[in-house]
Amino acid sequence: MTKEAGIIGYGAYIPIYRIKACEIGKIWGNYNGHVPIMEKAVAGIDEDLVTISVEAAKYAIRRAKIDPKEIGAVYIGTESKPYAVKPSGTIVAEAIGATPLVVTADFEFACKAGTEAFQACIDHVLSGRIKYAMAIGADTAQGRPGDQLEYTAASGGAAFIFTKRSNKTLAYCEGAVSFVTDTPDFWRRAHEHYPMHAERFTGEPAYFYHIINSVKTLMENMGLKPSDFKYAVFHQPNTKFPVKVAKKLGFTMDQIKPGLLSPYIGNCYAGSSLVGFAATLDVANPGDRILLASYGSGAGSDAFSFVVQDIILEKRNPIPSVRDMIGVRKYIDYSTYVKFRGKIRA
Amino acid sequence: MSVPRYWREIPSRYRLIGSKCVNCGKTYFPPRRVCRECGSVNLEEVKLSEQGRIITWATVYDPPRGFEKYVPYIVAIVELDDGTRIMTQITDCEPDEIQIGTRVYAVFRKIREEGESGIIYYGYKFKPLK
Ligand SMILES: [Zn+2]
Repeated sequence: MTKEAGIIGYGAYIPIYRIKACEIGKIWGNYNGHVPIMEKAVAGIDEDLVTISVEAAKYAIRRAKIDPKEIGAVYIGTESKPYAVKPSGTIVAEAIGATPLVVTADFEFACKAGTEAFQACIDHVLSGRIKYAMAIGADTAQGRPGDQLEYTAASGGAAFIFTKRSNKTLAYCEGAVSFVTDTPDFWRRAHEHYPMHAERFTGEPAYFYHIINSVKTLMENMGLKPSDFKYAVFHQPNTKFPVKVAKKLGFTMDQIKPGLLSPYIGNCYAGSSLVGFAATLDVANPGDRILLASYGSGAGSDAFSFVVQDIILEKRNPIPSVRDMIGVRKYIDYSTYVKFRGKIRA
Repeated sequence: MSVPRYWREIPSRYRLIGSKCVNCGKTYFPPRRVCRECGSVNLEEVKLSEQGRIITWATVYDPPRGFEKYVPYIVAIVELDDGTRIMTQITDCEPDEIQIGTRVYAVFRKIREEGESGIIYYGYKFKPLK
């Protein structure tokens, strides 16, 4: 019996709308040429966490070439659930045709909720109880108008279908580590629309500490070093942090470049590292080893090592790549952005 | 539209499930129980094509209740590649970006919401193929 879980299909979805960071800066008068990203993806007025998840999931099913009825689990990691009480997973499972014999749940752990769903799916398929398990990380993140987060809080997501490793899987997971502590860097109380963050905690003790420890532990456990990986993907709250954490760990720009999307789409929270992982799979070749490390405030990091398999070359066309999706875009101004994101509240 | 009716129509609204006359092959959306062409009551569920082309369209500025925040939006009749004609919104798109014959594909979107506290109605819309 195989001891590894593999990915049989994946799909990402990035909304078509973009707002430039300088357009946001102009409104608040704090634009000084230094913005954390260039532009970010904005969900359209008829999009939300559920619709983004469905689009990503449909691409994943097309790549997997499986009957959606055989999907036994649909887990969504997010912090932008449209309903406080009513799972998003049921709507997604119904829309992709996985109902009714399916387990669904919404996972919460800020930006690492999607990789938490990975862990659950991997264990499900390895136990043999479920043949195909889908993990989605997606968000329609919101920043308080005028807050620093408003520059980066973006929309997007990705879906991955796990099953036991075989010659039909396009990559398999050879190891995973979770590193978690109680760190008050970022939170949103129930009934509040926008999150709060504690500046003192956002950098070193939060993002860097947890990612460095999850990745170092993973590499130690597996006897691997940075040069054993062809690519690495880190959570991307801005452009600077993933570049800096890669450097601290000994990874090069060439290794992180394919998955570094925050300059063009912003930070889609639980979708951030997963969309980066999807973009990396889009260009990876059989035999390549990929490091994936998420970060979620609160705080924790999940690190995974994946090895790409032969069939990946047959899984590409005609499904658009993440870079293709990023390339199809429409720019909106701040007033349209306010209308789309429901920032006017009576 | 009531919540129970929305719920009954979920398979067709979420996954483009129509009906097909077993006797003459005509397809319908929304699904019908009786064939309009041959009168047969022998119709079966069928998954409709997710691509098609615009037959005719109009921009809505004065919407029915529940659609106010989406204005202006485009409503079109699309002929799917399997021949079924379907009434749908066209999304992610301005009126000057489409014409008769524009190729479109199905996407899953919010259709309508009952204020801040009511249910959210999801379903298909179509979007130009790029
Ligand atoms: Zn008939």
